[in-house]
Amino acid sequence: MWLILTALAAIVTTIVWYVKSPGDRYKLGILSLAFWGATIMWLVDHIMAYAIEGGEFFETSLDATMLGVSVVIFALLIWLVVLLISDPKNVLKTILKKS
Amino acid sequence: MACFVVPGGEAVVATVIQKIIEKSEKKSSLTDSGVKRLTWSRRLSWLNIMLWGGTILLAFEHLWHGEISFVPPFLTAMQTPDEIPVMLHEMATFGTAMAVTITVIWCIIIAIAEIKARHAIKTGTISRVKSAEGGAV
Repeated sequence: MWLILTALAAIVTTIVWYVKSPGDRYKLGILSLAFWGATIMWLVDHIMAYAIEGGEFFETSLDATMLGVSVVIFALLIWLVVLLISDPKNVLKTILKKS
Repeated sequence: MACFVVPGGEAVVATVIQKIIEKSEKKSSLTDSGVKRLTWSRRLSWLNIMLWGGTILLAFEHLWHGEISFVPPFLTAMQTPDEIPVMLHEMATFGTAMAVTITVIWCIIIAIAEIKARHAIKTGTISRVKSAEGGAV
């Protein structure tokens, strides 16, 4: 399930990045590439595990779903930290100057 | 168990190579007969982002499943001698397959970017002086 959710996040971020192009002020290119990297790795892992061990291709338990949601939140959190540190719109700079 | 270590290792090596190439690109000219091309440091940055992003998120998943921990030896399989060969086998098979797949896909991406850049220069969509920098990333 975490593969599906990560792939969905990769597709959505890529679409948003494309719509916002050519500029990449909000570093959505980095976020989408990171999601694609994880998606590809988990896809390889799932295919090899299915071929070698058999069983279900997708694990659809609640734990797997929660993992998928947590992975997306974790990635968005890292992206948010990177964005706030780079502060492309100088929002934090302006706030700090005012205070 | 620790399959993400292999792409993580590749990410470390590729990042070092990228930094070295960036330094040499800054020192030397980037133009070739007046045409700027997609730089190798930018190409490598795409590979590094995919590798690091995947490694970090896979590490999170391994932490979730209890396969890694914040205390030494960090990999829970290392605590049981019987599981160490299994872990190493998984790194050699699954980990290597992940790293190779990401690298192959990256090669395809840069090939497409290069073809598009050359086509754009030929058709005059972009000038010969401006580089086809392959998107905003």
